[in-house]
Amino acid sequence: MLLAVTWIRAAAQYPLSMAMLTIGSFVVTGLDIAVILIIFSHTGSLGGFTLPEVMFLYGTSGVSFAVADMLFGNVDKLSQHVKSGTFDAMLIRPVSPFVQMAVDRFTFQRFGRTAQAATVLIIALTRLDMPWQRAWMIPLMVLCGIVLITAVWTLGGAIQFILTDAPEIANAFTYGGGQLTQYPLSVYGNDLVRAATFIVPLAFVNWQPGLFVLDRPDPLGLPYWLRFLGPVAALALACVAAFAWRAGLRRYRSTGS
Amino acid sequence: MTIFRYGFRRHATYRAAAFAGAFTNTIFGVLRAYVLIALWSARPGLGGYDVTDAVTFCFLTQAFIGPMQVFGGGLELSQRVRTGDVALDLVRPASLQMWSLADDLGRAAFLFLARSVPPTVVGAAVFGINVPVDPVTWAAFLVSVTLGIVVSFGLRYLVALSACWIVDERGVQSMSLVMTTFFSGMMLPLAIFPGWLGTLAQALPWAAMVQVPADVFLGKTAPLGALAFQALWVAVVLAAGALATRSARRKVVIHGG
Repeated sequence: MLLAVTWIRAAAQYPLSMAMLTIGSFVVTGLDIAVILIIFSHTGSLGGFTLPEVMFLYGTSGVSFAVADMLFGNVDKLSQHVKSGTFDAMLIRPVSPFVQMAVDRFTFQRFGRTAQAATVLIIALTRLDMPWQRAWMIPLMVLCGIVLITAVWTLGGAIQFILTDAPEIANAFTYGGGQLTQYPLSVYGNDLVRAATFIVPLAFVNWQPGLFVLDRPDPLGLPYWLRFLGPVAALALACVAAFAWRAGLRRYRSTGS
Repeated sequence: MTIFRYGFRRHATYRAAAFAGAFTNTIFGVLRAYVLIALWSARPGLGGYDVTDAVTFCFLTQAFIGPMQVFGGGLELSQRVRTGDVALDLVRPASLQMWSLADDLGRAAFLFLARSVPPTVVGAAVFGINVPVDPVTWAAFLVSVTLGIVVSFGLRYLVALSACWIVDERGVQSMSLVMTTFFSGMMLPLAIFPGWLGTLAQALPWAAMVQVPADVFLGKTAPLGALAFQALWVAVVLAAGALATRSARRKVVIHGG
Protein backbone atom coordinates (compact mmCIF):
# COMPACT_ATOMS: atom_id res chain seq x y z
CA MET A 1 0.00 0.00 0.00
CA LEU A 2 2.80 2.34 0.96
CA LEU A 3 4.55 1.42 -2.28
CA ALA A 4 1.44 2.35 -4.23
CA VAL A 5 1.24 5.78 -2.56
CA THR A 6 4.87 6.39 -3.45
CA TRP A 7 4.18 5.81 -7.11
CA ILE A 8 1.18 8.14 -7.06
CA ARG A 9 3.31 10.88 -5.53
CA ALA A 10 5.96 10.32 -8.17
CA ALA A 11 3.39 10.74 -10.93
CA ALA A 12 2.05 13.92 -9.31
CA GLN A 13 5.41 15.57 -9.95
CA TYR A 14 4.17 16.24 -13.48
CA PRO A 15 0.68 17.63 -12.73
CA LEU A 16 -0.38 18.51 -16.28
CA SER A 17 0.65 15.14 -17.56
CA MET A 18 -1.06 13.35 -14.70
CA ALA A 19 -4.32 15.19 -15.31
CA MET A 20 -4.21 14.32 -18.99
CA LEU A 21 -3.42 10.70 -18.21
CA THR A 22 -6.39 10.42 -15.86
CA ILE A 23 -8.77 12.08 -18.31
CA GLY A 24 -7.27 9.96 -21.07
CA SER A 25 -7.93 6.71 -19.27
CA PHE A 26 -11.47 7.77 -18.41
CA VAL A 27 -12.16 8.64 -22.05
CA VAL A 28 -10.37 5.61 -23.53
CA THR A 29 -12.57 3.24 -21.59
CA GLY A 30 -15.52 5.52 -22.34
CA LEU A 31 -14.90 4.86 -26.03
CA ASP A 32 -15.99 1.25 -25.59
CA ILE A 33 -19.37 2.40 -24.38
CA ALA A 34 -19.52 4.97 -27.19
CA VAL A 35 -19.07 2.10 -29.63
CA ILE A 36 -21.90 0.19 -27.95
CA LEU A 37 -24.13 3.28 -28.16
CA ILE A 38 -23.32 3.77 -31.85
CA ILE A 39 -24.11 0.11 -32.53
CA PHE A 40 -27.45 0.45 -30.77
CA SER A 41 -28.26 3.63 -32.66
CA HIS A 42 -28.51 1.34 -35.68
CA THR A 43 -30.21 -1.68 -34.17
CA GLY A 44 -32.54 -2.46 -31.28
CA SER A 45 -30.89 -5.70 -30.24
CA LEU A 46 -27.49 -7.33 -30.59
CA GLY A 47 -27.27 -11.08 -30.34
CA GLY A 48 -30.78 -11.04 -28.86
CA PHE A 49 -29.95 -8.54 -26.09
CA THR A 50 -31.19 -4.97 -25.63
CA LEU A 51 -29.11 -1.90 -24.83
CA PRO A 52 -29.65 -1.92 -21.02
CA GLU A 53 -28.86 -5.63 -20.95
CA VAL A 54 -25.63 -5.17 -22.90
CA MET A 55 -24.76 -2.20 -20.66
CA PHE A 56 -25.36 -4.44 -17.65
CA LEU A 57 -23.00 -7.11 -19.03
CA TYR A 58 -20.47 -4.43 -20.00
CA GLY A 59 -20.69 -2.78 -16.57
CA THR A 60 -20.23 -5.94 -14.53
CA SER A 61 -17.33 -7.14 -16.66
CA GLY A 62 -15.91 -3.61 -16.75
CA VAL A 63 -15.90 -3.21 -12.97
CA SER A 64 -14.27 -6.62 -12.47
CA PHE A 65 -11.74 -5.92 -15.18
CA ALA A 66 -10.91 -2.42 -13.94
CA VAL A 67 -10.47 -3.48 -10.31
CA ALA A 68 -8.32 -6.45 -11.30
CA ASP A 69 -6.29 -4.21 -13.60
CA MET A 70 -5.91 -1.57 -10.90
CA LEU A 71 -4.65 -4.08 -8.37
CA PHE A 72 -2.74 -6.62 -10.45
CA GLY A 73 -2.56 -5.38 -14.05
CA ASN A 74 1.15 -4.75 -13.84
CA VAL A 75 1.94 -8.41 -13.53
CA ASP A 76 2.05 -8.56 -17.31
CA LYS A 77 5.10 -6.29 -17.30
CA LEU A 78 7.16 -9.20 -16.02
CA SER A 79 9.22 -9.66 -19.16
CA GLN A 80 10.38 -6.03 -19.03
CA HIS A 81 11.62 -6.55 -15.49
CA VAL A 82 13.32 -9.81 -16.42
CA LYS A 83 15.04 -8.20 -19.41
CA SER A 84 16.25 -5.12 -17.58
CA GLY A 85 17.32 -7.15 -14.56
CA THR A 86 15.12 -5.28 -12.08
CA PHE A 87 13.31 -8.53 -11.29
CA ASP A 88 16.43 -9.74 -9.48
CA ALA A 89 16.19 -6.76 -7.16
CA MET A 90 12.59 -7.67 -6.37
CA LEU A 91 13.54 -11.22 -5.46
CA ILE A 92 15.95 -10.15 -2.73
CA ARG A 93 13.55 -7.69 -1.08
CA PRO A 94 11.53 -8.97 1.87
CA VAL A 95 8.18 -8.54 0.09
CA SER A 96 6.72 -11.14 -2.24
CA PRO A 97 7.70 -10.40 -5.86
CA PHE A 98 4.05 -10.76 -6.87
CA VAL A 99 3.04 -7.86 -4.60
CA GLN A 100 5.97 -5.75 -5.77
CA MET A 101 5.04 -6.36 -9.38
CA ALA A 102 1.44 -5.45 -8.69
CA VAL A 103 2.17 -2.05 -7.16
CA ASP A 104 5.09 -1.16 -9.41
CA ARG A 105 4.31 2.11 -11.22
CA PHE A 106 0.89 2.09 -9.58
CA THR A 107 -0.99 4.86 -11.27
CA PHE A 108 -3.78 7.02 -10.05
CA GLN A 109 -5.59 7.13 -13.39
CA ARG A 110 -6.68 3.55 -12.98
CA PHE A 111 -9.40 4.78 -10.62
CA GLY A 112 -10.87 6.61 -13.61
CA ARG A 113 -11.55 3.34 -15.31
CA THR A 114 -13.30 1.74 -12.35
CA ALA A 115 -15.45 4.84 -11.94
CA GLN A 116 -16.43 4.74 -15.61
CA ALA A 117 -17.46 1.08 -15.55
CA ALA A 118 -19.36 1.53 -12.29
CA THR A 119 -21.27 4.49 -13.77
CA VAL A 120 -22.34 2.38 -16.74
CA LEU A 121 -23.41 -0.43 -14.44
CA ILE A 122 -25.54 1.89 -12.31
CA ILE A 123 -27.21 3.44 -15.36
CA ALA A 124 -27.90 -0.04 -16.70
CA LEU A 125 -29.44 -1.16 -13.40
CA THR A 126 -31.81 1.79 -13.28
CA ARG A 127 -33.00 1.10 -16.81
CA LEU A 128 -33.44 -2.64 -16.47
CA ASP A 129 -36.63 -4.04 -15.09
CA MET A 130 -35.23 -7.24 -13.69
CA PRO A 131 -36.44 -9.42 -10.85
CA TRP A 132 -34.98 -7.71 -7.76
CA GLN A 133 -34.78 -10.89 -5.73
CA ARG A 134 -31.98 -11.92 -8.08
CA ALA A 135 -29.84 -8.86 -7.39
CA TRP A 136 -27.83 -10.70 -4.73
CA MET A 137 -25.92 -12.30 -7.56
CA ILE A 138 -24.44 -8.97 -8.76
CA PRO A 139 -21.85 -8.37 -6.01
CA LEU A 140 -20.97 -12.05 -6.06
CA MET A 141 -20.39 -12.06 -9.81
CA VAL A 142 -18.27 -8.93 -9.69
CA LEU A 143 -16.15 -10.49 -6.95
CA CYS A 144 -15.74 -13.77 -8.84
CA GLY A 145 -14.97 -11.75 -11.96
CA ILE A 146 -12.14 -9.93 -10.18
CA VAL A 147 -10.67 -13.26 -9.05
CA LEU A 148 -11.03 -14.80 -12.52
CA ILE A 149 -9.45 -11.89 -14.35
CA THR A 150 -6.64 -11.60 -11.82
CA ALA A 151 -5.98 -15.30 -12.33
CA VAL A 152 -5.85 -14.84 -16.11
CA TRP A 153 -3.45 -11.95 -15.61
CA THR A 154 -1.26 -14.01 -13.32
CA LEU A 155 -1.20 -16.79 -15.90
CA GLY A 156 -0.23 -14.19 -18.51
CA GLY A 157 2.62 -13.10 -16.25
CA ALA A 158 3.68 -16.69 -15.59
CA ILE A 159 3.87 -17.40 -19.33
CA GLN A 160 6.43 -14.62 -19.60
CA PHE A 161 8.90 -16.58 -17.50
CA ILE A 162 9.12 -18.79 -20.57
CA LEU A 163 8.27 -16.35 -23.40
CA THR A 164 10.38 -13.40 -22.30
CA ASP A 165 10.58 -12.09 -25.85
CA ALA A 166 6.89 -12.19 -26.61
CA PRO A 167 4.90 -10.60 -23.77
CA GLU A 168 2.14 -9.57 -26.21
CA ILE A 169 0.87 -13.16 -26.32
CA ALA A 170 -0.52 -12.61 -22.83
CA ASN A 171 -2.45 -9.54 -24.06
CA ALA A 172 -4.52 -11.77 -26.31
CA PHE A 173 -5.95 -13.42 -23.20
CA THR A 174 -6.03 -10.54 -20.71
CA TYR A 175 -7.25 -7.66 -22.86
CA GLY A 176 -8.85 -10.14 -25.23
CA GLY A 177 -10.83 -11.49 -22.28
CA GLY A 178 -11.90 -7.94 -21.46
CA GLN A 179 -13.05 -7.44 -25.04
CA LEU A 180 -14.81 -10.82 -25.12
CA THR A 181 -16.88 -10.21 -22.00
CA GLN A 182 -18.04 -6.72 -23.05
CA TYR A 183 -20.65 -8.19 -25.33
CA PRO A 184 -23.20 -10.95 -24.80
CA LEU A 185 -21.42 -14.19 -25.64
CA SER A 186 -24.34 -15.08 -27.91
CA VAL A 187 -22.79 -12.90 -30.65
CA TYR A 188 -19.73 -15.15 -30.79
CA GLY A 189 -19.46 -18.54 -32.45
CA ASN A 190 -20.60 -21.56 -30.44
CA ASP A 191 -17.14 -23.13 -30.27
CA LEU A 192 -15.67 -19.93 -28.93
CA VAL A 193 -18.34 -19.76 -26.23
CA ARG A 194 -17.71 -23.38 -25.22
CA ALA A 195 -13.97 -22.64 -25.00
CA ALA A 196 -14.71 -19.59 -22.84
CA THR A 197 -16.90 -21.71 -20.59
CA PHE A 198 -14.90 -24.89 -20.14
CA ILE A 199 -11.25 -24.07 -20.97
CA VAL A 200 -10.58 -20.46 -19.92
CA PRO A 201 -13.70 -19.91 -17.81
CA LEU A 202 -14.26 -16.27 -18.73
CA ALA A 203 -17.94 -17.00 -19.30
CA PHE A 204 -18.32 -16.97 -15.51
CA VAL A 205 -17.14 -13.35 -15.24
CA ASN A 206 -20.51 -12.01 -16.34
CA TRP A 207 -22.22 -14.23 -18.91
CA GLN A 208 -23.49 -17.23 -16.95
CA PRO A 209 -24.35 -15.30 -13.75
CA GLY A 210 -25.69 -12.49 -15.96
CA LEU A 211 -28.14 -14.90 -17.58
CA PHE A 212 -29.41 -15.69 -14.10
CA VAL A 213 -29.80 -12.03 -13.10
CA LEU A 214 -31.54 -11.17 -16.37
CA ASP A 215 -33.54 -14.42 -16.19
CA ARG A 216 -32.76 -15.41 -19.76
CA PRO A 217 -32.49 -18.89 -21.29
CA ASP A 218 -29.01 -19.93 -22.39
CA PRO A 219 -28.82 -19.52 -26.19
CA LEU A 220 -26.50 -22.53 -26.32
CA GLY A 221 -28.77 -24.65 -24.13
CA LEU A 222 -26.07 -25.29 -21.52
CA PRO A 223 -27.33 -26.61 -18.15
CA TYR A 224 -29.05 -24.16 -15.76
CA TRP A 225 -26.81 -24.95 -12.78
CA LEU A 226 -23.76 -23.57 -14.63
CA ARG A 227 -25.04 -20.13 -13.65
CA PHE A 228 -24.07 -20.73 -10.04
CA LEU A 229 -20.63 -22.17 -10.70
CA GLY A 230 -18.84 -18.78 -10.77
CA PRO A 231 -17.16 -19.21 -7.36
CA VAL A 232 -16.04 -22.74 -8.23
CA ALA A 233 -14.57 -21.61 -11.53
CA ALA A 234 -12.87 -18.63 -9.86
CA LEU A 235 -11.32 -20.84 -7.18
CA ALA A 236 -10.15 -23.44 -9.69
CA LEU A 237 -8.57 -20.91 -12.03
CA ALA A 238 -6.94 -19.08 -9.12
CA CYS A 239 -5.31 -22.36 -8.00
CA VAL A 240 -4.03 -23.03 -11.52
CA ALA A 241 -2.68 -19.49 -11.76
CA ALA A 242 -0.95 -19.65 -8.37
CA PHE A 243 0.61 -22.96 -9.31
CA ALA A 244 1.82 -21.59 -12.68
CA TRP A 245 3.28 -18.48 -11.06
CA ARG A 246 5.23 -20.55 -8.52
CA ALA A 247 6.43 -22.96 -11.19
CA GLY A 248 7.59 -20.01 -13.29
CA LEU A 249 9.35 -18.43 -10.33
CA ARG A 250 11.22 -21.66 -9.58
CA ARG A 251 12.26 -21.96 -13.18
CA TYR A 252 13.45 -18.36 -13.36
CA ARG A 253 17.08 -17.75 -14.21
CA SER A 254 18.51 -14.27 -14.07
CA THR A 255 19.70 -12.76 -17.33
CA GLY A 256 22.87 -11.66 -15.55
CA SER A 257 23.97 -8.16 -14.75
CA MET B 1 17.36 5.00 -48.00
CA THR B 2 20.13 3.57 -45.84
CA ILE B 3 18.31 4.70 -42.72
CA PHE B 4 15.17 3.03 -44.04
CA ARG B 5 17.09 -0.25 -44.34
CA TYR B 6 18.54 0.06 -40.84
CA GLY B 7 15.08 0.73 -39.44
CA PHE B 8 13.81 -2.40 -41.18
CA ARG B 9 16.68 -4.54 -39.96
CA ARG B 10 16.57 -3.23 -36.41
CA HIS B 11 12.93 -4.23 -36.04
CA ALA B 12 13.43 -7.48 -37.90
CA THR B 13 15.52 -8.74 -34.97
CA TYR B 14 12.42 -8.78 -32.77
CA ARG B 15 10.69 -11.60 -34.61
CA ALA B 16 9.13 -13.18 -31.52
CA ALA B 17 7.58 -9.87 -30.48
CA ALA B 18 6.22 -9.31 -33.97
CA PHE B 19 4.79 -12.81 -34.02
CA ALA B 20 3.15 -12.24 -30.64
CA GLY B 21 1.72 -8.95 -31.89
CA ALA B 22 0.29 -10.63 -34.96
CA PHE B 23 -1.25 -13.34 -32.77
CA THR B 24 -2.91 -10.77 -30.52
CA ASN B 25 -4.14 -8.71 -33.48
CA THR B 26 -5.65 -11.86 -34.96
CA ILE B 27 -7.48 -12.83 -31.76
CA PHE B 28 -8.92 -9.33 -31.47
CA GLY B 29 -9.85 -9.42 -35.14
CA VAL B 30 -11.88 -12.57 -34.58
CA LEU B 31 -13.65 -11.15 -31.49
CA ARG B 32 -14.50 -7.85 -33.21
CA ALA B 33 -15.58 -9.63 -36.38
CA TYR B 34 -18.28 -11.50 -34.43
CA VAL B 35 -19.64 -8.24 -33.01
CA LEU B 36 -19.71 -6.64 -36.47
CA ILE B 37 -21.36 -9.74 -37.95
CA ALA B 38 -24.07 -9.51 -35.27
CA LEU B 39 -24.63 -5.84 -36.13
CA TRP B 40 -24.64 -6.33 -39.89
CA SER B 41 -26.93 -9.33 -39.75
CA ALA B 42 -29.39 -7.14 -37.84
CA ARG B 43 -28.90 -4.27 -40.31
CA PRO B 44 -27.67 -5.57 -43.70
CA GLY B 45 -26.16 -2.91 -45.92
CA LEU B 46 -25.51 -0.47 -43.07
CA GLY B 47 -23.14 2.34 -44.09
CA GLY B 48 -22.87 0.91 -47.60
CA TYR B 49 -21.08 -2.24 -46.35
CA ASP B 50 -22.36 -5.79 -46.53
CA VAL B 51 -21.39 -8.42 -43.92
CA THR B 52 -18.27 -9.54 -45.80
CA ASP B 53 -17.17 -5.93 -46.24
CA ALA B 54 -17.56 -5.35 -42.52
CA VAL B 55 -15.50 -8.45 -41.69
CA THR B 56 -12.84 -7.42 -44.21
CA PHE B 57 -12.80 -3.95 -42.68
CA CYS B 58 -12.37 -5.43 -39.22
CA PHE B 59 -9.35 -7.54 -40.17
CA LEU B 60 -7.78 -4.65 -42.14
CA THR B 61 -8.01 -2.41 -39.09
CA GLN B 62 -6.25 -5.08 -37.03
CA ALA B 63 -3.65 -5.39 -39.79
CA PHE B 64 -2.94 -1.65 -39.67
CA ILE B 65 -2.20 -1.59 -35.93
CA GLY B 66 1.43 -2.67 -36.40
CA PRO B 67 2.62 -0.52 -39.31
CA MET B 68 0.56 2.55 -38.38
CA GLN B 69 1.40 2.24 -34.65
CA VAL B 70 -2.24 3.01 -33.94
CA PHE B 71 -1.63 2.76 -30.20
CA GLY B 72 1.14 5.36 -30.32
CA GLY B 73 4.83 5.18 -29.55
CA GLY B 74 7.29 3.48 -31.85
CA LEU B 75 9.57 6.51 -32.02
CA GLU B 76 12.77 6.57 -30.00
CA LEU B 77 12.64 10.31 -30.17
CA SER B 78 10.57 10.79 -27.01
CA GLN B 79 13.11 8.89 -24.94
CA ARG B 80 15.90 10.88 -26.55
CA VAL B 81 14.19 14.10 -25.51
CA ARG B 82 13.98 12.86 -21.93
CA THR B 83 17.59 11.73 -21.81
CA GLY B 84 18.85 14.87 -23.55
CA ASP B 85 20.27 13.01 -26.53
CA VAL B 86 17.95 15.06 -28.70
CA ALA B 87 20.36 17.97 -28.33
CA LEU B 88 22.85 16.01 -30.43
CA ASP B 89 20.17 15.13 -32.99
CA LEU B 90 19.19 18.76 -33.36
CA VAL B 91 22.68 19.97 -34.24
CA ARG B 92 23.20 17.26 -36.86
CA PRO B 93 23.17 18.45 -40.46
CA ALA B 94 20.44 15.99 -41.51
CA SER B 95 16.85 17.05 -40.86
CA LEU B 96 15.66 15.40 -37.64
CA GLN B 97 12.19 14.89 -39.04
CA MET B 98 13.29 13.29 -42.30
CA TRP B 99 15.78 11.09 -40.45
CA SER B 100 13.08 9.81 -38.09
CA LEU B 101 10.65 9.39 -40.96
CA ALA B 102 13.05 7.16 -42.91
CA ASP B 103 13.68 5.09 -39.79
CA ASP B 104 9.96 4.83 -39.08
CA LEU B 105 9.14 3.76 -42.64
CA GLY B 106 11.69 0.96 -42.29
CA ARG B 107 9.96 -0.14 -39.09
CA ALA B 108 6.57 0.01 -40.77
CA ALA B 109 7.75 -1.98 -43.80
CA PHE B 110 8.88 -4.83 -41.55
CA LEU B 111 5.73 -4.75 -39.44
CA PHE B 112 3.57 -4.70 -42.56
CA LEU B 113 5.04 -8.06 -43.53
CA ALA B 114 5.10 -9.49 -40.02
CA ARG B 115 1.92 -8.14 -38.48
CA SER B 116 -0.44 -7.19 -41.29
CA VAL B 117 -0.35 -10.26 -43.47
CA PRO B 118 -1.08 -12.95 -40.81
CA PRO B 119 -4.31 -11.46 -39.35
CA THR B 120 -5.65 -10.81 -42.83
CA VAL B 121 -4.91 -14.37 -43.95
CA VAL B 122 -6.56 -15.83 -40.84
CA GLY B 123 -9.56 -13.57 -41.37
CA ALA B 124 -9.82 -14.78 -44.96
CA ALA B 125 -9.56 -18.41 -43.84
CA VAL B 126 -12.03 -18.23 -40.95
CA PHE B 127 -14.68 -15.81 -42.21
CA GLY B 128 -13.84 -15.10 -45.85
CA ILE B 129 -13.02 -11.53 -46.88
CA ASN B 130 -13.38 -9.40 -49.99
CA VAL B 131 -10.11 -9.11 -51.90
CA PRO B 132 -9.78 -6.67 -54.80
CA VAL B 133 -9.02 -8.30 -58.15
CA ASP B 134 -8.07 -5.14 -60.01
CA PRO B 135 -4.29 -4.43 -59.93
CA VAL B 136 -5.01 -0.70 -60.00
CA THR B 137 -6.87 -1.03 -56.71
CA TRP B 138 -3.92 -2.89 -55.21
CA ALA B 139 -1.52 -0.17 -56.37
CA ALA B 140 -3.80 2.53 -54.94
CA PHE B 141 -4.06 0.54 -51.70
CA LEU B 142 -0.27 0.31 -51.28
CA VAL B 143 0.14 4.04 -51.92
CA SER B 144 -2.70 4.72 -49.52
CA VAL B 145 -1.14 2.60 -46.76
CA THR B 146 2.18 4.40 -47.23
CA LEU B 147 0.51 7.80 -47.00
CA GLY B 148 -1.36 6.59 -43.92
CA ILE B 149 1.91 5.58 -42.29
CA VAL B 150 3.39 9.01 -43.02
CA VAL B 151 0.36 10.75 -41.45
CA SER B 152 0.67 8.46 -38.44
CA PHE B 153 4.38 9.25 -38.23
CA GLY B 154 3.73 12.98 -38.48
CA LEU B 155 1.27 12.90 -35.58
CA ARG B 156 3.52 10.72 -33.41
CA TYR B 157 6.47 12.98 -34.19
CA LEU B 158 4.53 15.98 -32.92
CA VAL B 159 3.59 14.08 -29.75
CA ALA B 160 7.21 13.07 -29.16
CA LEU B 161 8.49 16.61 -29.74
CA SER B 162 5.92 18.01 -27.31
CA ALA B 163 8.18 16.58 -24.61
CA CYS B 164 10.55 19.48 -25.35
CA TRP B 165 7.97 21.82 -23.82
CA ILE B 166 6.18 19.80 -21.16
CA VAL B 167 8.95 17.30 -20.28
CA ASP B 168 6.67 14.32 -19.58
CA GLU B 169 4.84 13.59 -22.81
CA ARG B 170 2.89 10.54 -21.62
CA GLY B 171 -0.23 12.62 -20.99
CA VAL B 172 -0.23 13.95 -24.55
CA GLN B 173 0.38 10.42 -25.72
CA SER B 174 -2.70 9.13 -23.94
CA MET B 175 -4.87 11.91 -25.41
CA SER B 176 -3.45 11.09 -28.83
CA LEU B 177 -4.33 7.44 -28.24
CA VAL B 178 -7.95 8.40 -27.57
CA MET B 179 -8.22 10.44 -30.74
CA THR B 180 -6.50 7.83 -32.86
CA THR B 181 -8.44 4.77 -31.77
CA PHE B 182 -11.78 6.52 -32.03
CA PHE B 183 -11.39 8.75 -35.07
CA SER B 184 -9.29 6.49 -37.26
CA GLY B 185 -12.04 3.92 -37.75
CA MET B 186 -10.23 1.39 -35.55
CA MET B 187 -13.30 0.58 -33.46
CA LEU B 188 -16.13 0.97 -35.95
CA PRO B 189 -16.22 2.13 -39.58
CA LEU B 190 -16.57 5.92 -39.59
CA ALA B 191 -19.36 5.55 -42.15
CA ILE B 192 -21.76 4.39 -39.42
CA PHE B 193 -20.96 7.19 -36.95
CA PRO B 194 -24.17 9.18 -36.54
CA GLY B 195 -24.74 12.57 -38.18
CA TRP B 196 -22.24 15.38 -37.78
CA LEU B 197 -19.89 13.18 -35.76
CA GLY B 198 -19.43 10.98 -38.81
CA THR B 199 -18.85 13.95 -41.11
CA LEU B 200 -16.32 15.43 -38.69
CA ALA B 201 -14.52 12.13 -38.16
CA GLN B 202 -14.13 11.56 -41.88
CA ALA B 203 -12.49 14.97 -42.35
CA LEU B 204 -9.92 14.64 -39.53
CA PRO B 205 -6.34 13.41 -40.13
CA TRP B 206 -6.93 10.17 -38.21
CA ALA B 207 -9.30 9.00 -40.94
CA ALA B 208 -6.30 8.97 -43.30
CA MET B 209 -4.69 6.27 -41.16
CA VAL B 210 -7.23 3.44 -41.12
CA GLN B 211 -10.57 4.33 -42.69
CA VAL B 212 -9.27 5.64 -46.02
CA PRO B 213 -6.81 2.80 -46.81
CA ALA B 214 -9.49 0.25 -45.86
CA ASP B 215 -12.05 1.96 -48.09
CA VAL B 216 -9.56 1.99 -50.96
CA PHE B 217 -9.05 -1.75 -50.44
CA LEU B 218 -12.80 -2.38 -50.45
CA GLY B 219 -13.33 -0.07 -53.43
CA LYS B 220 -15.80 2.05 -51.43
CA THR B 221 -14.24 5.34 -52.45
CA ALA B 222 -12.76 6.96 -55.55
CA PRO B 223 -9.02 6.18 -55.19
CA LEU B 224 -7.80 9.54 -56.50
CA GLY B 225 -9.91 11.59 -54.13
CA ALA B 226 -8.88 9.37 -51.23
CA LEU B 227 -5.18 9.69 -52.01
CA ALA B 228 -5.51 13.45 -52.41
CA PHE B 229 -7.17 13.67 -48.99
CA GLN B 230 -4.30 11.72 -47.45
CA ALA B 231 -1.66 13.74 -49.30
CA LEU B 232 -3.20 16.94 -47.96
CA TRP B 233 -2.88 15.70 -44.38
CA VAL B 234 0.66 14.46 -45.05
CA ALA B 235 1.59 17.99 -46.10
CA VAL B 236 -0.10 19.53 -43.06
CA VAL B 237 1.44 17.25 -40.40
CA LEU B 238 4.92 17.32 -41.94
CA ALA B 239 4.82 21.12 -42.15
CA ALA B 240 3.70 21.31 -38.54
CA GLY B 241 6.50 18.90 -37.63
CA ALA B 242 9.06 21.07 -39.43
CA LEU B 243 7.85 24.19 -37.59
CA ALA B 244 7.93 22.36 -34.26
CA THR B 245 11.45 21.12 -34.93
CA ARG B 246 12.62 24.64 -35.66
CA SER B 247 11.22 26.10 -32.48
CA ALA B 248 12.39 23.09 -30.47
CA ARG B 249 15.90 23.94 -31.54
CA ARG B 250 15.57 27.27 -29.77
CA LYS B 251 13.51 26.05 -26.84
CA VAL B 252 14.95 22.68 -25.89
CA VAL B 253 15.52 22.01 -22.18
CA ILE B 254 18.43 19.66 -21.63
CA HIS B 255 18.30 17.48 -18.53
CA GLY B 256 21.39 16.21 -16.84
CA GLY B 257 24.90 17.51 -16.99
